[in-house]
Amino acid sequence: MIRINGEDTAADGMKLTEWLSSQGLDEKRVAVMINGSIVTKDSYESTVFQDGDEADIIGFVGGG
Amino acid sequence: MITREQFGEAVDSRSREPIFEKMQKVRVGIAGLGGLGSNIAAALVRSGIGALTLADHDTVELSNINRQLYTPADIGMKKTDAVRKILCGISPCCEIDTHFIRVTAENAVSLFGNCDMIIEAFDGAEDKAMFISTIMSEINDVPVISGSGMAGFGKANDIVTRQIGKRLTVCGDGVTDVADGDGLTAARVMICAGHMASRAVEMILKGEV
Repeated sequence: MIRINGEDTAADGMKLTEWLSSQGLDEKRVAVMINGSIVTKDSYESTVFQDGDEADIIGFVGGG
Repeated sequence: MITREQFGEAVDSRSREPIFEKMQKVRVGIAGLGGLGSNIAAALVRSGIGALTLADHDTVELSNINRQLYTPADIGMKKTDAVRKILCGISPCCEIDTHFIRVTAENAVSLFGNCDMIIEAFDGAEDKAMFISTIMSEINDVPVISGSGMAGFGKANDIVTRQIGKRLTVCGDGVTDVADGDGLTAARVMICAGHMASRAVEMILKGEV
């Protein structure tokens, strides 16, 4: 089990990019933190959720 | 012309603890000088911030006047020049470095690497995500504040300040996108800018920077 944005989620072993598209999230419009560290954009493809991970997915919308 | 001393006394005038000298020690970087960035800069300068690093690649347009700090007399000016003029008119004691340049993943660190705190104030969602991902991975320890979700004319109280992890604060309602077509209104944009500037001042005065 991993925690994403504070909620337990059965996404162990899932690729970050797969999870983002399963949620309808555009990877160009998010920032991702796993266990307190930011995931760089060029590591999205190779990032796989591991049991016990705590992830924050910050979605951005336009306007400013 | 008011002096540094007069300005500092005025900043501190109703506070038990001195504010001005704490604010003077800090350099804040602001990426983007639109509705968020220009209003955040003004709020920080009024509170006595010591130094700002400001970057934007746009010139002031008529369509900015509905929510940004500028006036019609500024139309056609680089936002970096217009904001400098306005900020220097508010305070005699803020060192202002401006960069008329598009902020990218490649130049973000060289632009903002010397800042004590960095504020993301772009208009575009992809620019926001790029900047936060870059700054948080390539610059260590410095607090980062971002704004997301202040479009339209919905409830003011939907705009909140959220702390994510140790370093990142995100302000906004998180959902209202300017692409939804309800426009951007000064009050709501300024509320979000106010949340962001307020978080910056809070961290500075609590000694967290």
